[in-house]
Amino acid sequence: MASTTAPVSATRAVLRTEARLFAREPASLFWVMVSPTVLLVVLGLIPSFREASPDLDGRRVIDLYVPVSLLFALIMAGLQAMPPVLAGYRERGILRRMSATPVRPAALLTAQLVLHAAAALVSALLVIAVGRAAFGVALPRNPTGYLAALLLAVAGALALGAAVCALCRTQKIATAVGTAVFFPTMFTAGVWVPVQAMPDTLRRIVEFAPYGAASRALDEAARGGWPSLLAVGVMAFWAVVLTAAAIRRFRWE
Amino acid sequence: MIEVRDLHKAYGKRKAVDGVSFSVDEGEIFGILGPNGAGKTTTVECVAGLRTADSGAVRVAGLDPVADHDRITRLLGVQLQQSELQAKLVVREALELYASFYERPADWRALAERLGLDAHLDVRFAKLSGGQKQRLFIALALVGGPRAVVLDELTTGLDPRARRDTWALVESLRADGVTVLLVTHVMEEAQRLCDRIAVIDRGRVTALDTPAGLVGRSATARMISFAADSPLETAELAALPGAAGVTIRDGRTVVTGTDATVDAFVSLLARRAVTARGLRITDTTLDDAYLDLTS
Repeated sequence: MASTTAPVSATRAVLRTEARLFAREPASLFWVMVSPTVLLVVLGLIPSFREASPDLDGRRVIDLYVPVSLLFALIMAGLQAMPPVLAGYRERGILRRMSATPVRPAALLTAQLVLHAAAALVSALLVIAVGRAAFGVALPRNPTGYLAALLLAVAGALALGAAVCALCRTQKIATAVGTAVFFPTMFTAGVWVPVQAMPDTLRRIVEFAPYGAASRALDEAARGGWPSLLAVGVMAFWAVVLTAAAIRRFRWE
Repeated sequence: MIEVRDLHKAYGKRKAVDGVSFSVDEGEIFGILGPNGAGKTTTVECVAGLRTADSGAVRVAGLDPVADHDRITRLLGVQLQQSELQAKLVVREALELYASFYERPADWRALAERLGLDAHLDVRFAKLSGGQKQRLFIALALVGGPRAVVLDELTTGLDPRARRDTWALVESLRADGVTVLLVTHVMEEAQRLCDRIAVIDRGRVTALDTPAGLVGRSATARMISFAADSPLETAELAALPGAAGVTIRDGRTVVTGTDATVDAFVSLLARRAVTARGLRITDTTLDDAYLDLTS
């Protein structure tokens, strides 16, 4: 958090500057904002994925891949894009330089969290919009429940990235750990097999992982219900535990 | 303005700072001189509130830099060793951003011009040369319009012209009444800029004086040299009052000593009615004094 006594304009200036810098990272922008929609479109081009399947309660594969692509955006933002930035800021003394000014270096971290959250949300909305427009995927029947689940999922995604960054001393290690954690999160988010298409036992296990729980909560809200207490509880648990780990273990230098 | 009393700081078992004390008056340029690893940077980092001392007291304008960190940052500008900025941040944005942190910032455009950065305002940090980065950090240290500034290895990486310009800038700070704490190992810089210098070696202050005082207090403040073909005996010269050493190198006899040595030498010449061809009497430099104080 920014120092309470620092001018508000300074915190805003940090956010504005970081937003400009964010816009200068074409690779991050592509992977976070564009690639999830590309994934959806590529899958949507496969004709059989656009046909209702009795194995999926009459839904189509593409219907299941809207939440998957959306979670993919969250993984990209939280786990691939953000940790190297934060670790680099620490490693290269940028946080340290800022700690010698009236603005706390936490303002930099906060700005990065806000920007990656915003990018993930925009990307998620893009996935939903393209899914609806190009493939006729129904919009969530319970938008409020869906948005709540999405926001909680974003919080969990950023908490996971922040925890990786806090637990890794260098940018190199953070990137390596980020990549190692990347594959299980991709699996539990259902990128290879959508969670709802997994065998029951596997699905129940996966739903205890942060992305598995998010997948379930989104699916429940998409069908018009409210996210189940279990899914919300699992997501909240991970968000809190990972945030606490990030805060406790983060080193400023 | 800055007061350091019996400062101790260890990293593990290694004592980086082992009882450093000094005080810097308002408007003074105070130098910290010493070999690598002597504890200079740790000392100024404690002054800036970026490190917590193990024991001892630090006050800047009467404030504790750690406990009152927020207020310290408003009146103390800092240029650190080994810090960077965001790779894709351009110079103009860095200056604007840092200026926005302060209530009454200095005019960053004037600072950029003064430091020769005005031609590089649109260059990204990662593309700047070492000297340009250094000048940008000096600008960032001053952009808040500080009352005191810590400059750690101010002119490292600067070419001779940029170095002169930077020195002129520091001198203008003195004219504005800004207190400067300057870490350096460039003797010329210390001698030219500093009102007083603390020599730190192995975590302790080994001398604290004006540059002239440091030179004067060294055992070898004066150097007498002349062509080695004079009839004066080495033993005779070594017996002069205050003489620290007699050597013959490059065909010249060199006697080091104090003012008393010089006086005695001149009377010796008169008494013996001999001349010393090519006679030169020079002050030893701060360099010599420094080596003397840290060896």
